[in-house]
Amino acid sequence: MAPTTGGPAPHHLRTRALAVETNQLVKTYPGGVKALDGMELAVESGIVFGLLGPNGAGKSTTVKILTTLARPDAGTAAVAGHDVLRHPGRVRAAIGVVAQKSGADPVATGRENLLLQRRLYGLRGAACARRADELLARFDLADAGNRPVKGYSGGMCHRLDVALGLVHRPEVLFLDEPTTGLDPEARAAMWEEIARLAGEDGLTIVLTTHYLEEADRLAERIAIVDRGRVVVEGTPDELKGELRGDAVHLELSEAVADGAEPPLRDALTALPGVHEVAVDGRRVSARADDGAAAVPTLLTALERAGAAVATATVARPSLDDVYLRYAGRSFDEAEAAAEAPVPAGAAGGVR
Amino acid sequence: MSATLTQTWYMTQRQLMAYWRQPVFLLINLIQPVIWLFLFGSLFRKITDLGGFGTGSYLDYLVPGIVVMSALSSNMWAGMGTLEEIERGTLNRFLTTPVSRGALMNGNVVSQGITTAVQSVIIVALGKLGGADYPGGITGLALLIVASTLLGTVFGALSNALGMLVRERESIIGINTFLLLPLTFLSEAFMTPSLMPGWMRHIADFNPVNWALVAGRSAMAEDPDWADVATRGGALLALALAAVWLSTRTFRSYQRSV
Repeated sequence: MAPTTGGPAPHHLRTRALAVETNQLVKTYPGGVKALDGMELAVESGIVFGLLGPNGAGKSTTVKILTTLARPDAGTAAVAGHDVLRHPGRVRAAIGVVAQKSGADPVATGRENLLLQRRLYGLRGAACARRADELLARFDLADAGNRPVKGYSGGMCHRLDVALGLVHRPEVLFLDEPTTGLDPEARAAMWEEIARLAGEDGLTIVLTTHYLEEADRLAERIAIVDRGRVVVEGTPDELKGELRGDAVHLELSEAVADGAEPPLRDALTALPGVHEVAVDGRRVSARADDGAAAVPTLLTALERAGAAVATATVARPSLDDVYLRYAGRSFDEAEAAAEAPVPAGAAGGVR
Repeated sequence: MSATLTQTWYMTQRQLMAYWRQPVFLLINLIQPVIWLFLFGSLFRKITDLGGFGTGSYLDYLVPGIVVMSALSSNMWAGMGTLEEIERGTLNRFLTTPVSRGALMNGNVVSQGITTAVQSVIIVALGKLGGADYPGGITGLALLIVASTLLGTVFGALSNALGMLVRERESIIGINTFLLLPLTFLSEAFMTPSLMPGWMRHIADFNPVNWALVAGRSAMAEDPDWADVATRGGALLALALAAVWLSTRTFRSYQRSV
């Protein structure tokens, strides 16, 4: 299936129940900042869905609406089959939320935080304690479980936050920027944990991130969000496949003579599945439908032309390239625009 | 309804535990009244010679004043806690669970009420240790504590509302430092009304801090003036309900602004 631009999959393609569905969500914050401008999402059950976009693109506002914290100005949204406006209570019972700041109580212990959270969903007694212990063990907090949270490291706090979101075995788990502010080691551990969660029966994970790499790695489907709407949606490979193949970079041991460049370029372009060949001194770059398959062919052709190859690299197109193509600006540019001053009174409201 | 009650208890428990686990706050809240009792007690000891205090010992007169002042000053800071919970993300975390929104608000009110009552009891006991006499007996003391708790609820709820509304520590600090002393000294906390300038007495009539003092002191008298207790106590109750209502409204508007 090709990636779809600007909206959810057509009805006939929906085979599984939708965990999240939004229809033309609009939200404007005081001061006229339009956070959402027709947000359309359709997330199938049981997958990891990535909402990717720069800061200020509308990801967090979408999550706030889906988790019943904020109300849209227009449009509808349903989570786990319940309308967020008409049945917020049912939505709350079905979701787990790991916000950027989940605010575990610092003077309470990890276990106490989990117990309270579980009680808020109506479970009491021994079953409650069992679930807390289970989660503490699973998130490597068993030893720290009886210590106050204020003594936890950043990574431990993050793991506790995720445990808090899972305490009642939700159907849909929202992870809002789960690795922002984490050091590389803690980030890697969090990625592993999310990948592990993704394997759980029927759990749908909606992940927002402004890290391209994170979305690429964790999400089965990605919606790229820009200026309050989805600009393109698909699997990471579909999105990248839309670009014209892999980038192949070769470095020659000796520079090609000036006069020899055009014939070499023509020879390489003639190879099947190879396009956009550029030869510049020692550097040869090309786009290939299948980078890995094109390398041996390229090497043979170069050898025949008398050019020895020192190194060869193949790069899949990055989501950055995809973003640039669909949002019409680079990711960094969009981030910078989001950080530009916003009208008074709206500061901090867009995220 | 019973779910709301249970959840209110969870939230109350959580707040009380936080208080209990930070002994520094506990200590400060206890040491301060002791200092006031000692300081004002020594400074104004001879003032009862002027008459009109209804007692020869200034300490007898002072204890309700310190009880009420402490209830006011500790509850005024409630908004700081609320602000911290907002900034830490705790409030939003609770709001995405099925917990009753009422329980979230009530938890604050009940835990502050309990803290104020306990603080008041301790001050009364300290006063007793220092030799204060309470002619109204246990009923009078109980009513003083109820009055101080109601006053605490008024200012605790208003402070919470302020915290949710302005979301700035500086505003809470500014308003509190601005209000605490005028509210305290424009009342009969430390001075009998018969020795107050007339204009001050008139202002004091409209000061809720003074209502708590009049209600408490009247109830503590050997021969209580129940009409004073009922009118001031009733006014405090009405004001407390209004303040809680206002803070619930503010809570709703906070939810809309998330």
